[in-house]
Amino acid sequence: MNSSVSSVSVALTTKDTGVETAPLMHADRVCKTFDTPGGKKIPALDGVSLKIFQGRVTGLVGADGAGKTTLIRIAAGLLVPTAGQMTLLGLDSVDHSLEIQSRVGYMPQKFGLYQDLTVIENLRLYADLQGVALKTRHDRFDKLLTMTDLAPYTKRRAGALSGGMKQKLGLACALVKSPELLLLDEPTVGVDPVSRRELWKIVYDLVEKDRIGVLVSTAYLDEAQRCDQVKVLHQGRLLAQGSPDSFTAGMQGRVFLAAPDEQMRARQIYTRLAGQEGIADATIRSGRVRVVLNSPLSPENGNNQETGKQKIASLLNRSASTITTAVPVFEDAFMALIPRGDAQLHTPSTDQDKPWTPEPSSGEDAAVITNNLCKKFGDFTAVSNLTLDVRRGEIFGLLGPNGAGKSTTFRMLCGLLPATSGEIRVAGRNLRRSRAKARARLGYMAQQFSLYGQLSVKENFKFFGRAYGLSGKQLKIRMAWAFAEFGLDPWQDKPAGALPGGYKQRLSMATALLHEPDILFLDEPTSGVDPFARREFWLRINGFAEQGVTVIVTTHFMEEAEYCDRMVIISRGKTLAMGTPGEIRSLARTPENPDPTMDDAFIALSQGDRP
Amino acid sequence: MQTLRRLSALILKEFLTIIKDPKSRFVVIVPPIIQFFIFSYGATFDLENVRYAVFDESRSVLSRSFLADVEGTGRFRLTGYLEDAGQVKQTIDNEKARLVIHIGPRFEERLQSGRSVQIQVIADGRSPNVAMIAIGYLGTIVENFNRTLLEQGLAQGSRPGLALVERAWFNENLSSRWFMVSALGGVISTVVVMILTSLSVAREREFGTFDQLLVAPFSPVEILVGKSMPGIVFGMLDALIFAGGAVLWFHIPFRGTVSALMVSLLCFIITIVGIGLLVSSLSTTMQQGLLGAFLFLMPAITLSGLATPVENMPMWLQQANMFNPVRHIITALRRIFLEGADLGTVWPQIWPLLIMACVTLPLAAWLFRRRSV
Amino acid sequence: MTRFFMRLFGVLRKETLQILRDPSSIILALVMPLVLLIIFGYGVSLDAEHVPMVLVNNDKGPMSRELAARFAGSANFKIKTAGSMTQAQSLVLARKAEGIIILQNNFTAILGGAAAGTGTGYLAPVQVIINGTDANRARLIEGYIKSIGAKWASMRVARGQTAMAPLVSISQRIWFNEAAISRYFLIPGLITLIMTLIGILLTALVIAREWERGTMEAMLVTPLRKVDILLGKTLPYYFLGMFGMGMSVVVGTTLFGVPFRGSVGALVGLSSLFLLTCLGFGLFLSAAIRIQFVAAQISIVAGYLPAFFLSGLIFDLESTPKFIQIISYIFPARYFVTIAHTLFAAGDVWPVLLPNAMVLAFMAFLFLGLAYRKMSKRLE
Repeated sequence: MNSSVSSVSVALTTKDTGVETAPLMHADRVCKTFDTPGGKKIPALDGVSLKIFQGRVTGLVGADGAGKTTLIRIAAGLLVPTAGQMTLLGLDSVDHSLEIQSRVGYMPQKFGLYQDLTVIENLRLYADLQGVALKTRHDRFDKLLTMTDLAPYTKRRAGALSGGMKQKLGLACALVKSPELLLLDEPTVGVDPVSRRELWKIVYDLVEKDRIGVLVSTAYLDEAQRCDQVKVLHQGRLLAQGSPDSFTAGMQGRVFLAAPDEQMRARQIYTRLAGQEGIADATIRSGRVRVVLNSPLSPENGNNQETGKQKIASLLNRSASTITTAVPVFEDAFMALIPRGDAQLHTPSTDQDKPWTPEPSSGEDAAVITNNLCKKFGDFTAVSNLTLDVRRGEIFGLLGPNGAGKSTTFRMLCGLLPATSGEIRVAGRNLRRSRAKARARLGYMAQQFSLYGQLSVKENFKFFGRAYGLSGKQLKIRMAWAFAEFGLDPWQDKPAGALPGGYKQRLSMATALLHEPDILFLDEPTSGVDPFARREFWLRINGFAEQGVTVIVTTHFMEEAEYCDRMVIISRGKTLAMGTPGEIRSLARTPENPDPTMDDAFIALSQGDRP
Repeated sequence: MQTLRRLSALILKEFLTIIKDPKSRFVVIVPPIIQFFIFSYGATFDLENVRYAVFDESRSVLSRSFLADVEGTGRFRLTGYLEDAGQVKQTIDNEKARLVIHIGPRFEERLQSGRSVQIQVIADGRSPNVAMIAIGYLGTIVENFNRTLLEQGLAQGSRPGLALVERAWFNENLSSRWFMVSALGGVISTVVVMILTSLSVAREREFGTFDQLLVAPFSPVEILVGKSMPGIVFGMLDALIFAGGAVLWFHIPFRGTVSALMVSLLCFIITIVGIGLLVSSLSTTMQQGLLGAFLFLMPAITLSGLATPVENMPMWLQQANMFNPVRHIITALRRIFLEGADLGTVWPQIWPLLIMACVTLPLAAWLFRRRSV
Repeated sequence: MTRFFMRLFGVLRKETLQILRDPSSIILALVMPLVLLIIFGYGVSLDAEHVPMVLVNNDKGPMSRELAARFAGSANFKIKTAGSMTQAQSLVLARKAEGIIILQNNFTAILGGAAAGTGTGYLAPVQVIINGTDANRARLIEGYIKSIGAKWASMRVARGQTAMAPLVSISQRIWFNEAAISRYFLIPGLITLIMTLIGILLTALVIAREWERGTMEAMLVTPLRKVDILLGKTLPYYFLGMFGMGMSVVVGTTLFGVPFRGSVGALVGLSSLFLLTCLGFGLFLSAAIRIQFVAAQISIVAGYLPAFFLSGLIFDLESTPKFIQIISYIFPARYFVTIAHTLFAAGDVWPVLLPNAMVLAFMAFLFLGLAYRKMSKRLE
């Protein structure tokens, strides 16, 4: 593993460091270990050394548990490093934390907005705490509010803002006293693409105008692409650093696109390729499968491209001419860079040992139908006039930013929430009114981890299995299947709450599938999960859909829409568009942008909807 | 069959979550037992060691003989003798003593000449109840002293007077510990069951697991039964431990029937479970659940008659108190323990509980689905 | 310095707005004290009035009728008459009456001297049977019967009629509360409960909530000093607690007529000491435990319950076993209950107030100091 690290590690190129300036932040062999209640020591950071300079945006990327948040918290003076030294603005982060805190802006992952206070009250509070002089305050507030487009909402309580607005307000609070260095911990999680672009614009403007330094951790790899510098953390170590270009440079000739044809749909190509030997990454992007090869196949000759194409073609049983090369992006480099340990992708069970056959009951062809569905909370309309139909055996996506009404719709479909008006039929029934038995054919995976944390994995399986009427031998078979399929064997007797994030995800899904449901409801299954777990997850979903299970899934990651057969995009409770990914993308096609992404489509669609 | 299997899985899960969660386990077992013992000793109206001072101007054989009677009861503790009247105020004001017994200079002389005489008792009214009870004790001592005087011919008495011949039923020694401890267990089980159940739905709401239950093919009645069981079992367990502790450790008599005890406790705990689940299904977070439980527990226990008699309350409050389940169980427990009540005798306490359970439990079940936002 | 005040006012304003906008704070700080006041004012009383009693008068003479009339006229009793003992017993067993007073058929004869004998024969027995389940109440009832008997006897002596007053009798004076009204004793003690509730439970809940919602992390990275956080958290709840105290005093003295004999200055000063102790404990608790649920439970078990049972608020501490008394010294509530009772009933009696105040001052210092030490500008 170490050898691969050094091979990709790219030295800082001197030409754009601004040699004469001292670093704003300097981590010198910083280590941090946490004690667990059991007395074990868990290393979160292991000798990380890096520098952050003025006037540029430095991105911090890595899988979950790589140590991103720990590093930022040490910089903010919230944690004391176990070993090594952290220097900010020339001051030691432990001894001079107060001085540093008055000159550095910090925005934690879950920003500390007081939900009961209004926008202006939150700003005023942080201005007081930062000691912003009363005279300059008015201008500063004006500037921040204009910058964040929050000026019309100053009297609104923070709790009533949308997800994107909350993040922008958080940013404004962190900027209230023009900091010299800005620390942002995953500022765009759960924010819609429009707000995401706006946030980034604010950050870049600041860097340009005020020449401040920014350190931002992110789970969105396309955002890392736009940073001046990227630092890749892996398991507490700095795996690589450099400009995004220096990362992608090494990827030339390793990234390919496979387009679907009559014999093979994109999803099938994807299923065939993902997780195969030598393939670092496979994703569906803009209707085609993007493939990243693990390492240059034959380093000595320049004919990498052809060898790569052939390898892919042989896996797909088609001619190499159908494979095209693609321009590598940071994401490709990242996926190829991170060593995979136990997060190895599983290939789902093949057709021979197909675990179950969904019964085509009650003649109706549609699994889910809604007609003019509305939901109001008081004056607030969460969902208005939603009409959709989901066919049997399809993956149907419910897309939209946080607060768009996805979850509300979802909860109405599952019968957890009564609809204000309109009609819902799931497998021919209204779940809210029908008897308990009707729910037995559904599988449900909630947004947050919602299994019994104190119970062991086995006990959770037993409970949910019996709850859905499994027993005896049948239950045993299904549990054995779940342990094997999801790689949960070693965790059988561990409390579910103590599992690492990715395994919790697997357990939730295994639980939802235990009773072989016909229709699977998945609410934000990939929220808060790193890119690796997200890929693993979609691969599984594909497998189940191939076996004929109807899947209804919500997500705020627009690119994940590519994995769906059809989808609906909602924003502020309104339906913006419905159709296949190709149809949706084509809505955003313009002469300037002939090959739009899902993000572009969302932005184009929501433009007409914005106030 | 399917229903039974689902139900048993649900009940098993409810118990496992409590037993495996150190916080819940702690709430159910350790504090209730500590509370029971500390409060059993602490919650008493029987006076011991009442500090008193003596201002004896008589300094005679008879006055000393009276004071020896006072000392002989063991209820009082002498803190000192006062020399002049001025010290009385200081003694009481500064809480050096809670009582001052003042015997006038002509105490013996008057008694020997057959005239009546008064002993002045000055009590600290900051604790009026202590003052009243202590004076009551002294009254009994004086009565006995009078009788001895007459019998031994130490004083002249020619005309007949009144004699109070008292007898207390059910609690012959008038021990307030009997009164408190017989009922205390009921109150502590109330707290345990209330906390347990008021958090049960709220916790699942907060962790999102309640949605899982609602999506699974459970009917509301099944969820209700599953959620009730831990409260009922742990509540009964605690209540019976307390009943055993009262009899074996505190030597409280148990004069009633075991069937009356079991039935009334069971009905009571089901009622509390109903209220707890109602609070819980109205709450979306554990904090709300706890706050709701607290808002119920505080007035319910204060007005239950545990420490202060329900009969002393104004009529409107007594009537409102009919809806207080704790009041009914406290009455029932005391009647069973001390008055020897059987099932028929405590029926007036049981039926209001049953009615309350019949309202709260279905309402809670109905709210499971209603309140899911 | 101006920076310091700016920070402080910022935090104070935020806390105030939050309290005003958060229903749970309002419930704990305003609704609960009012509910408690009304419950204690109306519902909790140790005085017995209109106790239902059965009178069985087997003597037809004038004296027994005179005494019976005395019982009937007393505000303490509601007398029913029964013809026979069996009838009276069934009334007691059915809980229609709490006791029986029996006058024997030779009552008038003994008192009139007609049945003169020796020794106790001179005494006309008044038999009393009381339901002793509630021992405290039984004793009170006994006391009432005794004093009615004694008054009747001395009246007869005064009129020169036969019968005598007992040789030795007690003339009782209950200082500060002549009529021994228990409300005068319960309401001042209640202030302790209310301040405990606001000082410990509310404070612990509010700070734990900041941890849970992540606002604490954002506060920690601002140049706030530990002193700022401590002051910012203490002052609003201090005022809230003092408001609860003021409300109790005003409602207690006006609505329930509880006399207040101390000085307002002493009340404010001493309750401040107690409140600071509670706040210190609450702050310490929430700094040590960052989970609302656990903080709430501990503050109920270690704050509210001891303030109720182990403070002398209702039950007399001096009568409890030694080990209970020792435990009670740990909890600040007992010191303030003593202070409140003295301030209301007796006035500014410094020899009583001062030692208790000193313990409270020490405890306030200790807990605030611990809270300050435990409070960290870091996440660990």
